Amino acid sequence: MMNREPKQYDTGEVLPPPTERYTVLGWLHKNLFSTWYYTILTLVTLYVLYIVVKPTLNWAFTQAQWQVVVVNLRLFMVGQYPADQVFRVWIALHLLAFTAGMAWGIFFPRARRIGAAILLIPLLFAALPFISNFSRVNWVLFDVFALLGWGLAIWRPQAMRRPLLVLILAYFPILILLIYGIKPILRIVKTNLWGGLMLTLLLAVVGIVISFPIGILLALGRRSELPIVKLFSVLYIEIIRGVPLVTVLFMAELMLPLFLPPQIKIDNVIRAMAGIIIFEAAYMAENVRGGLQAIPKGQYEAAWALGLNGFQTTFYIILPQALRNVIPVLVNQFISLFKDTTLVAIVGLLDLLGIASTVLAQPEFIGRQREVYLFIALIYWVFSYAMSYASRRLEVALGVGER
Amino acid sequence: MSSVAKVKTTPEQILSLPEEERSAAIESGKSPIVLAYEVHKWYGNFHVLRGVSMEVHKGEVVVIFGPSGSGKSTFIRTINRLEEHQKGSIIVDGVELTHDIRNIEKIRMETGMVFQQFNLFPHLTVLQNITLAPIHVRKWPKEKAEEVAMQLLKRVGIPEQAHKYPGQLSGGQQQRVAIARALAMQPKIMLFDEPTSALDPEMIKEVLEVMEELAESGMTMIVVTHEMGFARAVADQMYFFESGQIVESGTPEEIFTNPKEDRTKLFLSQILH
Repeated sequence: MMNREPKQYDTGEVLPPPTERYTVLGWLHKNLFSTWYYTILTLVTLYVLYIVVKPTLNWAFTQAQWQVVVVNLRLFMVGQYPADQVFRVWIALHLLAFTAGMAWGIFFPRARRIGAAILLIPLLFAALPFISNFSRVNWVLFDVFALLGWGLAIWRPQAMRRPLLVLILAYFPILILLIYGIKPILRIVKTNLWGGLMLTLLLAVVGIVISFPIGILLALGRRSELPIVKLFSVLYIEIIRGVPLVTVLFMAELMLPLFLPPQIKIDNVIRAMAGIIIFEAAYMAENVRGGLQAIPKGQYEAAWALGLNGFQTTFYIILPQALRNVIPVLVNQFISLFKDTTLVAIVGLLDLLGIASTVLAQPEFIGRQREVYLFIALIYWVFSYAMSYASRRLEVALGVGER
Repeated sequence: MSSVAKVKTTPEQILSLPEEERSAAIESGKSPIVLAYEVHKWYGNFHVLRGVSMEVHKGEVVVIFGPSGSGKSTFIRTINRLEEHQKGSIIVDGVELTHDIRNIEKIRMETGMVFQQFNLFPHLTVLQNITLAPIHVRKWPKEKAEEVAMQLLKRVGIPEQAHKYPGQLSGGQQQRVAIARALAMQPKIMLFDEPTSALDPEMIKEVLEVMEELAESGMTMIVVTHEMGFARAVADQMYFFESGQIVESGTPEEIFTNPKEDRTKLFLSQILH
């Protein structure tokens, strides 16, 4: 008889993964100078960086006259919004800080270090030598409100979920009321006085927020079995997608008044917003449709088999999955819209770019294009980068691609 | 060669009863709870169901088997209108399947379905998967739905997974959640469309055990499967499908020990080894 001892497969040893450790020199060798052609590439790159960066920095710190930015800072930020009403913009910002702080505390309770790093930015602004004391106080307040929201969320994460949702949903109407005004309490500020970064952000946010539900409806309409709904959606999407945004804006600014009776006057900003919404809705629809198509048929069947009707299936099963899948695309669309809003400068609105050209027309700052355009480019970059960073965090938090 | 309708009931017999008497007839076993009568269906020009007739009484467990492409999945999916039949009639729980969406929704509320690919909702937790339909279709309060859901999770043996997402579970656990999800609607009939075909071998048993327990509890079940052990243990009737027709039917005893048709014998010899 054979001896039937159980075989020992387990050697009992669990090995840790090998760790790599580098000295600075070792790292340099591995990544920059490992072969002769890497060495050449590294040297060439360093040289190119040197000849580009050196004169740029030299210019930025010795020749550039940043006075143009400093003097016109308020114009860049809020345009011709009345100076005595700017506190309303600040209130809107503080409310935003509070909401964002709360969201941060609930969704990323452990990401304290990144949160702290973000809070440093307003403090940095507050420390700028050339801003008014009013702004200085407000930047500090901004952080205070953010911390307040965060603290509440950390203190009672479960109980704060619902208030947060309410706050997020209510923020948009509150924002518009704050900036525009409500008759007896806040003075009405006509939209022709809105400008600068504030207008740029408003156009982008209004554009994306309102075109979002319209886009969803169009996407659903395009997949609908009702022929008229489907035809309308397809026509709308394909016609708008075939026209450049500038054209839509010109149509909204110049053609719309022709069709409306003369006593109805819609001001420029609202018309530009309408143009942007009309345009973005078509793209939004196609993005959402992409997400809808990725949902397997089995999801519909399971929902129907449980007795859910078409509406319930769409809103509880299909849309949540489809929208989660398209978050990266939607953020992409938002970033590109944020930059595309510069086109409204062409139809005469004073957004960030429009303000830049008015500033450059001031006699004392003629010829300061470089400073002005570099400044607004920096603003656009900071916002776009922040948004794409936020979207990556959001994807991780929602587990896109995992579940 | 066309299959002869081997059903005793005609649609008229059920539909001629006033509605309030239908359920009594079903309860007493006088009328079948599911009646398919000369059901035909085409995919384009392909005649996938060629006059299928079947009656299932309350509490019966019916197993449908046959080669792939024989129309067995299509047939079970016509019972809750995931597929539309083009000729013949289907009456479920006294309600005839027509184009009337109200009838379809009524029938879907009373039939639970378990799919080969589980089809759990990946964005919802296990508990939310189970409570969704009771809350929104049956309009139960959330607390009641969750209580029932937890009982069902205990019944299928995985109460500790309630707050996980489907993607975090094994195939066998997912399929058990799918069964619990279907049961949460308290259906009168359960349809199983190859519930173990997508599972790894070591997980088939845990799902079959749940199904056997369900059969013993008196649930009316129509099961498309090739698990002949399961069929032998719990089926009341077995139907052998081929080319869109019922070739042979009988009790497991008859089918396994004394199949009449050569095609049934051939098929059984191929899957039983």
